[in-house]
Amino acid sequence: MQCQECNHRQATLHFTKIVNAKKTEMHLCEVCAKEKGDELPGSNSYSIHDLLSGLLNLDPSMGAGADYAKHMKQEEVLRCQKCGLFYKDFVKNSRFGCSHCYQAFSANLDPILKRVHGGNHTHTGKIPKRQGGRLKLQKEVLSLKEKMQKHIDNEEFELAADVRDRIRELEETEEKKGDQ
Amino acid sequence: MSLEQFISHAISPWTKDSGPDDDIVMSTRIRLARNLEAFPFPFSSSRDAARALYKHVYEHLSPVTEEQVGELTWLPMEGLSEIEKTVLVEKHLTSPQLISESQQAAVVLNNDETISMMVNEEDHLRIQCLSPGFQLAEGYEAANELDDWIEAHLDYAFDEKKGYLTSCPTNVGTGMRASVMMHLPALVTTQQLNRILPAVSQLGLVVRGIYGEGSEARGNLFQISNQMTLGKSEEDIIDELRGVVLQLIERERTTRQELLKHNQLQLVDQVYRSYGILANSRIIESKEAGRHLSNLRLGIDLDLIHGIEGTILNELMILIQPAFLQQYAEQELSVDGRDERRATLIRERLKLENIQDGGGET
Ligand SMILES: [Zn+2]
Ligand SMILES: [Zn+2]
Repeated sequence: MQCQECNHRQATLHFTKIVNAKKTEMHLCEVCAKEKGDELPGSNSYSIHDLLSGLLNLDPSMGAGADYAKHMKQEEVLRCQKCGLFYKDFVKNSRFGCSHCYQAFSANLDPILKRVHGGNHTHTGKIPKRQGGRLKLQKEVLSLKEKMQKHIDNEEFELAADVRDRIRELEETEEKKGDQ
Repeated sequence: MSLEQFISHAISPWTKDSGPDDDIVMSTRIRLARNLEAFPFPFSSSRDAARALYKHVYEHLSPVTEEQVGELTWLPMEGLSEIEKTVLVEKHLTSPQLISESQQAAVVLNNDETISMMVNEEDHLRIQCLSPGFQLAEGYEAANELDDWIEAHLDYAFDEKKGYLTSCPTNVGTGMRASVMMHLPALVTTQQLNRILPAVSQLGLVVRGIYGEGSEARGNLFQISNQMTLGKSEEDIIDELRGVVLQLIERERTTRQELLKHNQLQLVDQVYRSYGILANSRIIESKEAGRHLSNLRLGIDLDLIHGIEGTILNELMILIQPAFLQQYAEQELSVDGRDERRATLIRERLKLENIQDGGGET
């Protein structure tokens, strides 16, 4: 998309302004956005905050009437239990309060991440060396526990005992690692 | 303090080193954003929580640094003067945000300043590796090693689906920003850059002028970096950036040769005029200084002028910034005072060189 001001550069910043229920969209390149600074919604200087809160306010599920009001109401009270940050404040500042916020707001997050990261919403990069090993172990323990439960349900107690021993082994290795 | 001494303090030691393709790429930077699971992000944290985070990081890392990463200096911001803090920003070792908004902030540096880590900036940790020239893969390897070492001692906030969790959604995933600083005078002069930049931004890369405000790139220096951090591996991000930078290098070199072929006299004239101004002016604004330093550097790279170190552009672009000038003057300076001091500093710096008339005659 071309910048609507200079009709020349690529528009990389997209703003939505709602005045008296009238919605205006602006698509600008970085240069023109900087020049227009004052007229842009939200603040007197454009920044990633404004950019993001512009994005965040453009909720795809935003509809007219009661649904919308209900939706808004839910978002008003949506809050991270760990740090206490309200979702609406995340929208306002484009900053999470703690790492748990990602889970707390997960229902609303993917559309936002997709917009910021060229359509992507899942990590495919580095996995931390030490913790990555732990994550794998925890996953394995979890699936073994399910397996054990199945054996118990089927009254295959010997098999269940084998799986239990394997779980103990894994848990012991994790404890040892933790002690190091 | 003599000018030489001042410069040796003011310029990060690695700036003097040469690196691959450093006729065009001034430096490479890899930055990783990391947070610890057990602490609230700095933006929303109380003073006590910020202090606890700093204490935790210091207590877990400082006893084990010597043998593993070499000597590190821990610089809590509270202990520094305003000018000292700004100097760290102008050296690109800290961010303006770290010194203005953060509480309990600190910067950790190794001896040659190739490694720096900000504590309590927007994220708990911002790991940064700087290298001279074009060294994306090497820079990433160094940052990656440092990251592994830190992670062996601290519990990161990491999620299998979202990757490294960061305070701002624009950094989540790899948490990595890879950037390359390029000197592109020929592409600017021939107005090719205006046409190239939109294509570059369509590839998910960001180009910005550095030093100086607004869209104008001072000294024809541009920083190119990845915008997206989620959904691509670190290696892919680096490969994509590398591909684009290689094309830009190629283009800039070809254009320089064409200018040399068709406009040699004008080019030589421009280089020596710029040298004349830098060597003689008594008052100079940073914008004008940037323009002439860029010309001089181009002359050095094209062998049109001899006896001047190529790193003079990197070095002086840093030194002529306000905080450095004031530190050198050992006092606060007005704008006029800075313009005068800037001209003096450049003149004195050039006197340290052994300038010889070079390719003027052909
Ligand atoms: Zn524009
Ligand atoms: Zn939270």
